[in-house]
Amino acid sequence: MSQRLTPALVVIAVALPMVAVLLTVLQGTVGADTALWTHLREYVLARVAWNTAVLVVGVVAVAMLLGTSLAWLTAACEFPGRAFFSWALLLPMAMPAYVLAFVAVASLDYAGTVPVLLRGWFGAELRLPPIRSTGGVILVLALAGYPYVYLMARGAFLTHGARALEAAQSLGLGPWRGLFRVAVPLARPWLAAGAALVAMETLADFGAVSVFNYDTFTTAIYEAWFGLFSLETALGLALLLLVFVAVALAIERIARGRARYAAADSGSRSALRLELPGVRGQMACVYATIVFALGFGLPALALGHWAWDVAAVDLDSRYFGYILRTLGLAAIAAFLCLALALALGYAVRLRDDWLTRSAARVATLGYAVPGAVLAVGVVGALATIDAGWRSLTGGEGLWLQGTVLALLLGYVARFLAVSHGPVQGGFARIRPSLEEAARGLGSTTRELVYKLHVPLLGAGIGTALLLVFVDVMKEMPITLMTRPFGWDTLAVRVFEMTAEGEWQRAALPSLAIVLAGLLPVALLTWRMEHAARAA
Amino acid sequence: MGFWSPLGRRLAVLLLMAPAWLITPALAADQPLVIYSARKYQLVEQLFAEYGKLRGIELKFVTDDGAPLIQRLRAEGRNSPADLLVTVDAGDLWRATEAGLLAPVRSEALETAIPAHLRDPQGRWFGLAVRARTIAYSTERVRPQDLSSYAALGDPRWKGKLCLRSGKHVYNQSLVAVMIAERGEEETERLVQSWVANLATEPFSSDTLLLNAIAAGQCDVGIVNSYYLGRLQSDKPEIPVQLFWADQQAGGTHVNISGAGVTTHARNRAEAIRFLEWLASPAVQARFAGANFEYPVNPAVEPVPVVAAWGAFQQKLVPVGKVGELQPAAVRLMDRAGWR
Repeated sequence: MSQRLTPALVVIAVALPMVAVLLTVLQGTVGADTALWTHLREYVLARVAWNTAVLVVGVVAVAMLLGTSLAWLTAACEFPGRAFFSWALLLPMAMPAYVLAFVAVASLDYAGTVPVLLRGWFGAELRLPPIRSTGGVILVLALAGYPYVYLMARGAFLTHGARALEAAQSLGLGPWRGLFRVAVPLARPWLAAGAALVAMETLADFGAVSVFNYDTFTTAIYEAWFGLFSLETALGLALLLLVFVAVALAIERIARGRARYAAADSGSRSALRLELPGVRGQMACVYATIVFALGFGLPALALGHWAWDVAAVDLDSRYFGYILRTLGLAAIAAFLCLALALALGYAVRLRDDWLTRSAARVATLGYAVPGAVLAVGVVGALATIDAGWRSLTGGEGLWLQGTVLALLLGYVARFLAVSHGPVQGGFARIRPSLEEAARGLGSTTRELVYKLHVPLLGAGIGTALLLVFVDVMKEMPITLMTRPFGWDTLAVRVFEMTAEGEWQRAALPSLAIVLAGLLPVALLTWRMEHAARAA
Repeated sequence: MGFWSPLGRRLAVLLLMAPAWLITPALAADQPLVIYSARKYQLVEQLFAEYGKLRGIELKFVTDDGAPLIQRLRAEGRNSPADLLVTVDAGDLWRATEAGLLAPVRSEALETAIPAHLRDPQGRWFGLAVRARTIAYSTERVRPQDLSSYAALGDPRWKGKLCLRSGKHVYNQSLVAVMIAERGEEETERLVQSWVANLATEPFSSDTLLLNAIAAGQCDVGIVNSYYLGRLQSDKPEIPVQLFWADQQAGGTHVNISGAGVTTHARNRAEAIRFLEWLASPAVQARFAGANFEYPVNPAVEPVPVVAAWGAFQQKLVPVGKVGELQPAAVRLMDRAGWR
């Protein structure tokens, strides 16, 4: 096959699952009920569009603020507890947003543990700001999402940070002005990637917003489907959401303009950090403590407390199965997504034209689509394949539907974007001049891959694997709707308990997710530290 | 390690074989009893396992909410592995029936065990447990004689004292659907508006939160499914919240049905019917309903003590067809009235 054609075919092949899913969704919208649309336009759309916009802007802003400032503090400054916080601040990544949401509501709402306690101390007249509010839901989603920004920003600051600091100092700028004038602009592509992950995660969230009863596009999609019983309208709404996402991404791309960020050579990192003296160091420590406590420490304690109460009844040998399946699915999906992201990365590198670029964009759109919508697409697409298979073989029954493949297809369609980001970032660091030099020295393609790409992509590959791993562990709607018999995971168990309002009993599987998620997150932090030290 | 080293090759073979391994469960053609259940795992698992052991068969089930399960059944069509659909809402039963997903069943055992108004005349679904959706009140701040009907909760005396669950939940949608069937859309919309005007706080995402809010003093009255209070009371008998049977002078309290039907394309139809008969039998009914503090459908069976303590009450006959048919209208009405 010709050199020009192969990459295009590869990208199209990678984009195929998403295209199949999207086509099914698109086909589903045909024949939508116009009376329903009139109703939605009149009473629902404006409100959910506004709510969604407020939520996404608020969550991204708070997550960026937390993630960037904390990354800068732990990467470029020295303060009491820095070594601990540099990895501990990633731990909230293991905490699913829907778990953080129910813990927040169960402990901070009027009848929750904390306000009841405070009213006991300060009198029944005490009025606290309500947690079930726009501010509350933004705070919860930002605490669940900031680790993505933190991870990306920290990686960038560890690479450029010291030099940025030196440059800033030579210009006579202090550490904070150094951050804003030098380090942040340099880290912009990574920050943008982190922000995009948080934004897409927020758009697709159903679990957390429904605990807060906060109406967004996603809840409107669910309502159209399960309340108004119009799958067509639900899919139409999902499509509308996708259009918004596509427009937002296009605007972001235009805003970024044609700036190219060739990474600085990665071999000369120094461990220079700015000492934050006295009170400023303590303030940094207090700040990091508060974020860590809110995002991980206190919720984990609350979960532990509740889980302890129900463990005697609910904890048994089946949990081995739940944990094994959860980890197994997460691992398989992580490697699948990585393989596809690598294929996509190479293809775009070899043939950088509109076809490959748009195919890559389509392949990674799924991250912004609510899981349930993707699940419908997956089931529909597989049903079509099954029908084809049956008509070919004359057999009966389900072939692909009801197998783990359905589940994996859903995961890939949803989380390819998550592995695509870091891998793409890794490719961006391999400057073409390096490849040319290697080729000039007579390297074969294989040598190029093993001696140049693998080492330089290593960091991106690790990040991609672990991010998808953790995301799949936390995933709920696709797992619920497409899992075969006997494939219940921890997230399924959380759903069954929260659906019945039994949040104490939901604490046990939730805690298991968090604990199992700590393993990959610990790996991730270890890798980050290791990379920083090796440099 | 090069990719074509022996280890690399073995790895490649393994990867190529993985899909085969993933598909095998679907090809293994046994004859298990397969159940799609909207009753959640913790409420059914024990009984399901017991039946499997009793009959020496494999019993497989998945849980999800009713609507997605119905969607799944539809998508799978005649190739669906499911033999039985279990729901927790009358509207869902009607919807599955309307979509032709459930098949008629004739069974003398079921017809004697379950009163006629709690099953489909054609036997496409059978009620297995009944739950009331009624008024809960604070025993510290409300006298029961101040309560009467659902509609009276819209009275200005309850301004800032009423708590509701989210309008997006199917239990509220069914309640409003029944109200539309009785009073018509206009009157129901005014009534719902009067409730919304009385709200003490944003609607909750669960009945349990709502009951806790009444106990903590955030509001005085609310509308909940009876079994949620049963669960709380069995945990904390002293909780200062009690149930009031609404509409006793006006047709009876709204009840909903958790039921099941044999699927149209069931492969194991005989076993599915036998299983339903087992669930409707007195000994099992007590445990099936009792596990969730519900009312057994079998009139020969007493509810568990926590439930029996609430006293007898007049139940409104469930207009299952209306509930299902009017649910979308109810959702729109709630959108208009601002019941979030």
